[in-house]
Amino acid sequence: MSPPLLGVEEEVQSSVSSPSVECISENGMGLKERNYLGLSDCSSVDSSGVSSNLNLATELRLGLPGSQSPERETEFCLLNLGKLDEKPLFPLLPSKDGICSSSQKNVVTGNKRGFSDTMDGFSEVKGYVYTEKSWMFHEAGSDSESPQSVGHGKYPGNSGVNVILSTRSPGVQASVKQDEPANVLQEQPRATNGTSLKQTVISNNTTGAPAAKAQVVGWPPIRPFRTKTLAASSKNNDEVDGKPGPGALFVKVIMDGAPYLRKVDLRTYSTYQELSSALEKMFSCFTLGQCGSHGTAGKEILSESRLKDLLHGSEYVVTYKDKDGDWMLVGDVPWEMFIETCKRLKIMKSSNAIGLAPRAVEKSKANNKKEFGYGC
Amino acid sequence: MNYFPDEVLEHVFDFITSHKDRNSVSLVCKSWYKIERYSRQRVFIGNCYSISPERLIARFPGLKSLTLKGKPHFADFNLVPHDWGGFVYPWIEALAKSRIGLEELRLKRMVVSDESLELLSKSFVNFKSLVLVSCEGFTTDGLAAIAANCRFLRELDLQENEVDDHRGHWLSCFPESCTSLISLNFACLRGEVNLGALERLVSRSPNLKSLRLNRAVPLDTLQKLLMRAPQLVDLGIGSYVHDPFSEAYNKLKIAIQRCKSIRSLSGFLEVAPHCMSAIYPICGNLTFLNLSYAPGLHGNKLMKLIQHCRKLQRLWILDCIGDKGLGVVALTCKELQELRVFPSDPFEAGNAAVTEEGLVLVSAGCPKLNSLLYFCQQMTNAALITVAKNCPNFIRFRLCILDPIKPDPVTNQPLDEGFGAIVQSCKGLKRLSLSGLLTDQVFLYIGMYAEQLEMLSIAFAADSDKGMLYVLNGCKKLRKLEIRDCPFGDAALLEDVGKYETMRSLWMSSCEVTLGGCKSVAEKMPSLNVEIIDESEQMEFNLDDKQKVDKMYLYRTLVGHRKDAPEYVWIL
Repeated sequence: MSPPLLGVEEEVQSSVSSPSVECISENGMGLKERNYLGLSDCSSVDSSGVSSNLNLATELRLGLPGSQSPERETEFCLLNLGKLDEKPLFPLLPSKDGICSSSQKNVVTGNKRGFSDTMDGFSEVKGYVYTEKSWMFHEAGSDSESPQSVGHGKYPGNSGVNVILSTRSPGVQASVKQDEPANVLQEQPRATNGTSLKQTVISNNTTGAPAAKAQVVGWPPIRPFRTKTLAASSKNNDEVDGKPGPGALFVKVIMDGAPYLRKVDLRTYSTYQELSSALEKMFSCFTLGQCGSHGTAGKEILSESRLKDLLHGSEYVVTYKDKDGDWMLVGDVPWEMFIETCKRLKIMKSSNAIGLAPRAVEKSKANNKKEFGYGC
Repeated sequence: MNYFPDEVLEHVFDFITSHKDRNSVSLVCKSWYKIERYSRQRVFIGNCYSISPERLIARFPGLKSLTLKGKPHFADFNLVPHDWGGFVYPWIEALAKSRIGLEELRLKRMVVSDESLELLSKSFVNFKSLVLVSCEGFTTDGLAAIAANCRFLRELDLQENEVDDHRGHWLSCFPESCTSLISLNFACLRGEVNLGALERLVSRSPNLKSLRLNRAVPLDTLQKLLMRAPQLVDLGIGSYVHDPFSEAYNKLKIAIQRCKSIRSLSGFLEVAPHCMSAIYPICGNLTFLNLSYAPGLHGNKLMKLIQHCRKLQRLWILDCIGDKGLGVVALTCKELQELRVFPSDPFEAGNAAVTEEGLVLVSAGCPKLNSLLYFCQQMTNAALITVAKNCPNFIRFRLCILDPIKPDPVTNQPLDEGFGAIVQSCKGLKRLSLSGLLTDQVFLYIGMYAEQLEMLSIAFAADSDKGMLYVLNGCKKLRKLEIRDCPFGDAALLEDVGKYETMRSLWMSSCEVTLGGCKSVAEKMPSLNVEIIDESEQMEFNLDDKQKVDKMYLYRTLVGHRKDAPEYVWIL
């Protein structure tokens, strides 16, 4: 989550000199406003003379004094914002992980690059917010009737560059092909004043991520294969810290139903017991919720053993995703082997874990993946 | 020439290998046409919809090697829907039916299904070479079929394809009797491979010259493979992560030193930068180095590596090399001809680490530079003018400023003069991609000076129709023109429709051309297919001629409208 934010902030802070085209590159309008997760700019140029829509949750209206304020397209933007704030990646994972575990390695058919993108490094996707740029355009040639005004020529209709955003909500995003956002935007009325609506939509790159920044389709001109591969590389570098050698080994921990994820450093434990206690403590607040009791009193009542029951008994199982992308039950292999292969942890409801069986260390790399994928 | 028997002419024609020359030869007279067509073994088709497989087979019954390209270039950037077209199956089917002795198939931007691969593997006994670049639609099952059935397979080269990876077992499908492999490249596969099968395959392939591994091949396997194949010329390393103090690393060092023939190195999909010193012994011989998928390698480690590569002719790198790193390249790689600098963080606009300075340094230090792909933060006219002076030999010049309409940051001017200098100085320029703030002026320069230009890519540029007209009028050798987000409308499109018949294709998206304009072209030029790609369903409801067209792709063809277009493609 943070990367996109960071990126946006950097941009926002760059200085703005004047409403001329050059500023566009620096994006900065001197705005220090928050752009939540760099989302969604549902900006588009439409015929009503309104320039881009700003997706910012705030009242922030683009621009320097005298420029047109963009209207907002509330359906898209606010909806996105709300959802995105609350649920960074989580909603995607439970439904997606199961499937994606089996296809971690980029299951891609001709049409569905979007899915693989959601699996791969969505959060790593860093787009940048073009809306500011479009706004600048508007100032430069604020007469939307003649996009080619001003000596800047270019930017035909202003619309070209902006596009924006991708999705309505993470949930929707996950299930939507990459092409869909394009359709969504294209539903907007075309400019009738001669300005063509250059509906470009996001995702030139791996934008399964709800946090993807707004981008122009197809810009910069890089093959998606390259973008995905690089995103996967950096993800690997992030998560699997040391291969040999010491150093923290942080892996994400997901729990079904929890609104956010946690991270644990596997190297701080030396046995499965220690790990499971730690997990219980970490997620006790959620299990308490499940039990229907709240507060510290509740915590005391729920002893460790009770929690264990919850976690290891009928309610939950702890699973992990290994190097091959398979979801395995925790506890089968020696601890040292486990920490070398574990990429992330997931605490699932038992009902969802049907199909996961204790596996032998040597597993076949055949179609078992699919079973597990659906089982998760 | 009438005095020579056909066999003699055929023998003479054998020495003519370039497609262009053979095409010219076939136009001389009927008898030359006949001799040429029967003796032709290699055919290149730049647009698979310009001709049909049947006509191809009819003309060239001796066909052994076919190269096909499918989708337009902008499909690489998600501007073309995935199922637009470019299916290879009908071609393979037709070739198989006609008993063509196909030995080599090279495809780019085509949709290749597992069925196609299976049919391919079973239909051509002497099939030797499969090269797939930027294709999609197949899985490792299709590769398994190729491995299992092509008994004389020499080359399996997969470059940047989207492959649905079902893991591992396809490599085991190479039979024990397969010992003919010369080139194996599966770097783009994301799944595990059967390492034992890989080792055995390499062991029994004494002619193996090119091996590019994917990320799933770990270091210790790499070391074993190198021990078995010291004759390698081209190596792609998958994973290069290990402990510099380990036994595996020592063994690797020894193994690498034995590989005295390696001239080309790529991969490093996962890399531990502190272990690059094992590579130094072979750096001195390298002519091609591709580190464009190795974001883990940067800073001093990268520079040190480069400093060992004095014979480098082609370098593909990420922009984390920085201007400073490019300075090191300029000092070290005096033989450099091709440089590609890719963005490591394309959507984080503030982070591109190279600017015009790096390019100027390279141009000054590497006078043989003739091919460039450069993604950068910014560019200035002064820099471009300097580069043009330093390197007049450019054949390909592709500049991508990450902010597509950024002017010269020093002068605030458009980059017209800079690109103008490039086209004026580089008289052999064949391919040009523009970016940055540009007006009609740059197109005037291009029209005036870029006489050899064959391919031009334009985005977010120009002020008016004049820009496009300058280019269409001036560039006589233009074959491919692709335009996005420019204010070119019907006036420019319709000015000289005959020109499009001299070109392979024209792509215009997010421009000002209207449906009426496109219809007009289609009417006047029956030899062109004019396709409108519109996924928004607007075309169904609103067929107003004045409506702007989102994406138009037109190309010359001898076989009329294609039958496999999806519903959102209208062929006028």
